[in-house]
Amino acid sequence: MSAVEAPTRPGGDRDGGLRSALRAEWVKFRTVRGWLIGLGVAGLLCVLLTYLVANGIHSGTCTGTGVTCRSGHPRVPTGPGGEAVADSYRYLSRPLTGDGSLTAQLASFTGRVSTNPVNVAPSPSATRPGLADWAKAGILLTPDTTPGSSYAAVLATGRHGIRFQYDYTHDRPGRGAPAASRWLRLTRHAGTITGYESADGVAWHEVGVAHLAGLPDTVRVGLFVTSPVSFHGQTGRPTQATAGFRHLTVTGATGGGWRSRAVGTSRADFYPILAAGGARSTGDTAVLTGSGDIAPAVVQGVLGTNTAASSLLLGLLVGSVVLIVLAALFVTGEYRRGLIRTTLTATPKRGRVLAAKAIVIGGVGFAIGALAAAVAMPVGDHILTGNGVYVFPAGPGTVSRVVVGCGLVTALVAVAVLALGVMLRRSAGAVTAGVVVFVLPYLIGASLPGTAETWLFRVTPAAAFSVLGVLPRSSLVDYPYTFANGYYPLPPWAGLLVLAGYVAVALGAARLTLQRRDA
Amino acid sequence: MSAALLAEWTKLRTLASTAWLLLGTAVATIGVGVAVVAGTHQSAGSGVVDTTALALTGIDLGQAVVVVLAVLAVAEEYGTGMVRTTFAAMPRRIIVLAAKATTVAALTAVAGAVAVAGSLLAGRAALPAGSGSVLGAITHGPALRAATGSVVYLVLVALLALGIATAVRDTAVSIGVVLAVLYLPTLLAQAVSDPLRRHVEQLAPMTAGLGIRATTNLSALPISPWEGIGVVAAWAAGALVLAGLLLRHRDP
Repeated sequence: MSAVEAPTRPGGDRDGGLRSALRAEWVKFRTVRGWLIGLGVAGLLCVLLTYLVANGIHSGTCTGTGVTCRSGHPRVPTGPGGEAVADSYRYLSRPLTGDGSLTAQLASFTGRVSTNPVNVAPSPSATRPGLADWAKAGILLTPDTTPGSSYAAVLATGRHGIRFQYDYTHDRPGRGAPAASRWLRLTRHAGTITGYESADGVAWHEVGVAHLAGLPDTVRVGLFVTSPVSFHGQTGRPTQATAGFRHLTVTGATGGGWRSRAVGTSRADFYPILAAGGARSTGDTAVLTGSGDIAPAVVQGVLGTNTAASSLLLGLLVGSVVLIVLAALFVTGEYRRGLIRTTLTATPKRGRVLAAKAIVIGGVGFAIGALAAAVAMPVGDHILTGNGVYVFPAGPGTVSRVVVGCGLVTALVAVAVLALGVMLRRSAGAVTAGVVVFVLPYLIGASLPGTAETWLFRVTPAAAFSVLGVLPRSSLVDYPYTFANGYYPLPPWAGLLVLAGYVAVALGAARLTLQRRDA
Repeated sequence: MSAALLAEWTKLRTLASTAWLLLGTAVATIGVGVAVVAGTHQSAGSGVVDTTALALTGIDLGQAVVVVLAVLAVAEEYGTGMVRTTFAAMPRRIIVLAAKATTVAALTAVAGAVAVAGSLLAGRAALPAGSGSVLGAITHGPALRAATGSVVYLVLVALLALGIATAVRDTAVSIGVVLAVLYLPTLLAQAVSDPLRRHVEQLAPMTAGLGIRATTNLSALPISPWEGIGVVAAWAAGALVLAGLLLRHRDP
């Protein structure tokens, strides 16, 4: 096919054609002073609005009983991977030097659920029986009991069977047999921790293995019980679990006796608990009562949903509005002044003109969006932290994802409006459609019934705003991961793909109309 | 003035886009209102739902079409150069602005009345049976205030857009600016906490003005309904005064 076309359209000329079309479009863009000023204003507004939003958010966190409110946020531990974690539990432990193991049979596992929501002070009388799905009881090994420490545990759960978990985010399911009356065993071999389960204490099945880096020679090993906030609908209620263990067997060098400790349950700790609980042990049996969770921290009902990225939303919208106007003008201005005829005479291949225009406006959009986000993210983070608001830790990977994502959103929006402008040849429709499509889901979404709001952020171009979603979510934590709680229904890349799909359709239609129509 | 009015009326009447935009205002407003009302039985969790306000949710979208209509009435003249002919024929530019404002306001009032009445009637039809909420008759005091006030709001938004378009003189930029002035403070108010939220809601045209839709629980509004309309009127007046001053002191 290329051999047929070669005489009339040699490859070199084709490349040169696009290059000169690109240069022409770039010159057209850069020589309009108003547009450059507009771009600068867009970037400034984006940063300014992020500052304003972040500054308008103050923390009035209520900790402990819910009656004492103070500025600043409660303590949130940081896990070994730098992520925010919950680390609150009842621990009955003893030191273990060198290799060794702990075996126990889980004899009973029951729980209580507060009838008060998390923001009301829990009271032991206002409870009903019930075991949280992710209530945990089992054997845990940790170098020290400071919240956020590294650990490995083999455990029974309320509804998720036997699991082997370590360092908060790692999880391996067991055989899924009923949790009650299971035997559990945790062994240590240097830095290797292995969890086993057994139905009878004779035939053991390996559940998981963890290699904990930098494990000291002496660690603590023991029984633990914890029970997380349970969600039914939007309301979270603190819970408590009680587990009875028997046939406790310790091997290895264990000095000292059993010591009971409530880890991470002081007033300063963020995780809502029903009560600190306690532990009793006689001979080779023990009963522990605990409340809390050992898992990634996602309870925004307590911590708030503010992130530097979420305070960027308004700035991103402003940047998009300016880009929408510029992109519309970039093509409709040519129709208005008749310049389009000159353009199409100079570059008769109309697809090439469209491509050059899309590349120029898309590149400009990406640059301004990414630049503004790169400046606004640290600003928002700084202001929020200064206001005493808890901000979920965002690593360089997350920050760069948001920055690149914002650039891509503004770039795609600009290209879509450019395509609309080519089709309509008038700016009014292109600008209005561009603005309304992005703003309206935020305005009327909340008053739409049921899941309609979620669908708006799944199927409309506004899905692309999921690049701003940085709140942690974990399959190990029951939480309503809904839009109202700050969770976008799509992952960032999928949201961008939705917008990119619209852009592709718009570009295709624009190419067709441009080709078939007189300028 | 009557000659100016006639001229502006002829210009607007003979544009194909005008009729489409007026129709679009009504369709957009009613469509969104019906969609929202039809689903109230799911979202009505607790308390009394202000169904009148819900039925008028479509104004959020309808006002964007009104903005386009008002901006096009001015900015397109600058785009085509028609404005020079207009000012050559009518050297008193303030009269031209007044005539344009009157024509656009009248057309918006008609389209707005159709949109609001249609929303309330369609909302009543779409209200799911047994949802426990009723849509009050339009003659009933608060509902009447919501209905008339919403039409007034749309007219004031049109005047605001007209003023900004006269000052900016470009269609795309004007629409961008007006929609940003309307929508962005609303989103800003959603994002921040008190007291900044309350200040923004009291000062921004859309959050202050659309309180007029409420028929119950007025104390929860950032500003009382008619005071809110006053805020929008101040915005519109400010834009028109700015437009008038610029018209006098600037070459078209």
